[in-house]
Amino acid sequence: MSTFVLLLATGLGLGALYFLVASGLSLIYGLMHVLNFAHGSFLTLGAFLGWAVAQRMDPSSWTGFVASVLVGALVGALVATLTELLLIRPLYDRHIEQVLVTVGLSLATVALFEGIWGTDADFIRGPAWLDETTGVLGARIPNDRFLIIAVAVLVLVAIVVFLRRTRYGMIIRAGVENRAMVTALGIDVRRAFTLVFAIGGAAAGLGGVLASHYFGYVSPTLGGSLLIFAFIVTVIGGLGSLTGAAVASVLVALLQQFANYYAGGTGDFVIVLALAVVLLVRPAGILGKVAA
Amino acid sequence: MSGPILSVQHLSASVAGQQVVEDVSFTVPATGITAVLGRNGVGKTSTLKAVMGLYQRRGEITLAGERIDGLPTHRVVQRGVGYVPEDREVFSRLTVAENLRLAERQPEPRRELVERLFPDLVARRDQMAGTLSGGQQQMVALARALLNDNRLLLVDEPTKGLAPLIVDQVADALEAASETVPILLVEQNLDVVRRLAGDAVVIAGGRVVHAAPAAALLADEALTQRLLGVHAETHDDKGAAR
Amino acid sequence: MRRSSWTSLGLGVAVVTLLAVLPLLAIQVPGVLPGPTYTPGALQLLALCMVYATLALSYNMLLGTGGMLSFGHALYFGGGAYGLGIVLERTDLSLWPAVALTLLGALAVALVTGAVSLRVSGIPFAMVTLAFAQAGSVLVRRNPDGLTGGDEGLSLDTEHVPAALVGVVHTRNLYWLALAVVVIAYLAVLWVDRSRVGHVAAASRENELRVRSLGLQPYTAKLFVFVVGGAVASLAGVLYLLLQSGTVPRSVGADLTVTVLVMVVLGGVGSRWGAIVGGVIYTLLNQRLTLLAGSDAIESLPTVLHVPLSEPMFILGALFIAVVLFMPGGIAGAARSGFGRGRSRSGATVLEAADDQGEQRVLEPQP
Ligand SMILES: Nc1ncnc2c1ncn2[C@@H]1O[C@H](COP(=O)(O)OP(=O)(O)O)[C@@H](O)[C@H]1O
Ligand SMILES: [Mg+2]
Repeated sequence: MSTFVLLLATGLGLGALYFLVASGLSLIYGLMHVLNFAHGSFLTLGAFLGWAVAQRMDPSSWTGFVASVLVGALVGALVATLTELLLIRPLYDRHIEQVLVTVGLSLATVALFEGIWGTDADFIRGPAWLDETTGVLGARIPNDRFLIIAVAVLVLVAIVVFLRRTRYGMIIRAGVENRAMVTALGIDVRRAFTLVFAIGGAAAGLGGVLASHYFGYVSPTLGGSLLIFAFIVTVIGGLGSLTGAAVASVLVALLQQFANYYAGGTGDFVIVLALAVVLLVRPAGILGKVAA
Repeated sequence: MSGPILSVQHLSASVAGQQVVEDVSFTVPATGITAVLGRNGVGKTSTLKAVMGLYQRRGEITLAGERIDGLPTHRVVQRGVGYVPEDREVFSRLTVAENLRLAERQPEPRRELVERLFPDLVARRDQMAGTLSGGQQQMVALARALLNDNRLLLVDEPTKGLAPLIVDQVADALEAASETVPILLVEQNLDVVRRLAGDAVVIAGGRVVHAAPAAALLADEALTQRLLGVHAETHDDKGAAR
Repeated sequence: MRRSSWTSLGLGVAVVTLLAVLPLLAIQVPGVLPGPTYTPGALQLLALCMVYATLALSYNMLLGTGGMLSFGHALYFGGGAYGLGIVLERTDLSLWPAVALTLLGALAVALVTGAVSLRVSGIPFAMVTLAFAQAGSVLVRRNPDGLTGGDEGLSLDTEHVPAALVGVVHTRNLYWLALAVVVIAYLAVLWVDRSRVGHVAAASRENELRVRSLGLQPYTAKLFVFVVGGAVASLAGVLYLLLQSGTVPRSVGADLTVTVLVMVVLGGVGSRWGAIVGGVIYTLLNQRLTLLAGSDAIESLPTVLHVPLSEPMFILGALFIAVVLFMPGGIAGAARSGFGRGRSRSGATVLEAADDQGEQRVLEPQP
């Protein structure tokens, strides 16, 4: 029982990380039909700079931790915005070329991170509470899991509220459905493009800081390794669907954890298998193309 | 009145690398309803989309004397062109109220006008637009254009697939709107054309083949049949029987 | 045959002949080759160029002919390399039957993964192929039963390999083998492009609806192209194993797929010779940049310059971005417009076709 609870908590924590990456991917794809390969780099940069700030302050203090989270989100939003403005926008509506540019960006940035911070992982630490455990139904759950899950839920709620309650949220939801008609109402949909990149980048940067606490290190390949699972999550959840991304994040991470434990480390294969099954049964993913 | 509100000269348009409009020229007078006629697939919708900038276009398009052919779609709209697309294209996962709010471009949108014309929508403001009937969706689509003070409306087959009663309601709304704004109307239902349109432009094979007052065209049965095909006759008969 | 095809045939034969006699000559290309063309070092590098040229050709067939943007092509290359390595190590088969068995296996994997992936198109297809390749990469790193050697990689068991293909002194034989493989790959790709199936795949790339209305099966045609592409890629992988006397997990990873994508886009999507040139240039450039990265000249630069310049992948990534932004047709496209020869499709149109959203594309605000 306690193993089960531990796996559940760890799986949910991992699912929360997947969601922080997949939410942006899914929104960007839904609105712009761009698959953003550079999303992992937004995450990695957020993690590195977040850690750098925490180190300058005091990594074991909550102020340092909160600052690192904020910096991570800010850095993610900033590079994502720049990416959209400088690289994506000039290739307006040429989706494949836009994807290729993000591929190039991810290659170049990972190499750059390796040049700056080295190829080895930097082990990090945070406030002592994060490394302690809390007993739940007999299982000792590391506290950082709770924090990561809480933050991901907050991000989900914040994005949903934004999409439901604001004019730009409305534009994004409408644009996911029918972008041409949004422009035919006199709305410059490009601002919404920059906005989804910024939101996605912020979630990824934030996810980067949290991921570095979950795994205990930062490295230039941190983002890339999460990105592949986030891709799988977005396809299974249905490209362009935020709720789909949330549901699929949890399902994929739990499946992965349980398969790793009970089926001899086969988690990654089980997920790819799940992807194949979903594609055969429902090519549009669990929730198809729905925004929020 | 002064010159035409819209002038289209030598307009060509292509989509997916395929030419769908070829060297089309016509003008829309500053008042009343101008009908665009033609058989299915001749390029009426494409002409409208080209004017809107939704399709790649070449040629000269002026709105009240100003060139708009270089403008992206949202700028064309901001110049005062309202667009009611074929097949409604309402945002099915947004509520009626959200669909309308998204369309509001001016500080004081004409909400009373829309509520007066389409009382049905008021009751359904929180319903998802995708769950509306075809007629109700058409009202949302028209309302989106009528909320703003436009200088021109482009309306594409607003009565397509609607029940006769709803067709009349849509025609009423268009007639009311045409008192304040000129309308370029693509319409297959010749009863509606006869009732509403002043001038008519007939397109065939991506080109304008006829431009004349609508009444004169529709009075000439042979010409109507030649230009618009057999559909014309059935509508014509029905019209005559009334 | 038209006159121009005779010219290109003649040109092709001339180039291949020249390459074939290269090991017998002593041509120096300073800054590109490490030594005269008869030396093992130079031949090894040239043969590696040919491995990647083959791989790029196979990928160009997917993207250029079939309009399929795959992010899992490395799976078949790695499958060829690891497959042959494992067969040679675990069975008593001699080289050629082992190669045949490996190619058959790769064909089967390509068939199954292709059949599933092609349920979707465009970007979702890219993601799904990526996931499959990732599973392969994980499998290789896991090292089940010690088959793949894990992160260390797998070295070539030479017991059943003909002596003429083993050792530095026989590099020129490997070079000739590599040349033969490129020619075979080129002919295979040419054959697919000219075949009825190739035409259907190409036509469905441009307009799937039209092909359907003609009663043809775009799915089958695309799957065929996908499988042939996978087979040619695994042939390149086989060659890679022989040439490098081993293989490492990188040869199955997403990085390699991205590398191939860079080669093809650099050369010009949709151009066969562009793919070859892209593969060759990329390999040479990568080699040079790695040497440059360790050089004193770079070391002495201030950090802002020294850090990025000492990362070959940074330079290649940036170059790739520049090509996509400013030279969409790649080298082939630039050459074409340089010679003023209009062709029916440019790299950009071919790429557009790989986009499942293409048909809905409408003109929206331009920057
Ligand atoms: N998005 C599109 N993709 C490909 N062909 C199109 C597209 N839109 C229109 N066409 C083609 O352009 C021609 C004119 O279509 P359209 O303007 O819709 O005609 P109409 O509105 O007069 O019925 C048709 O042959 C149609 O097939
Ligand atoms: Mg039409």
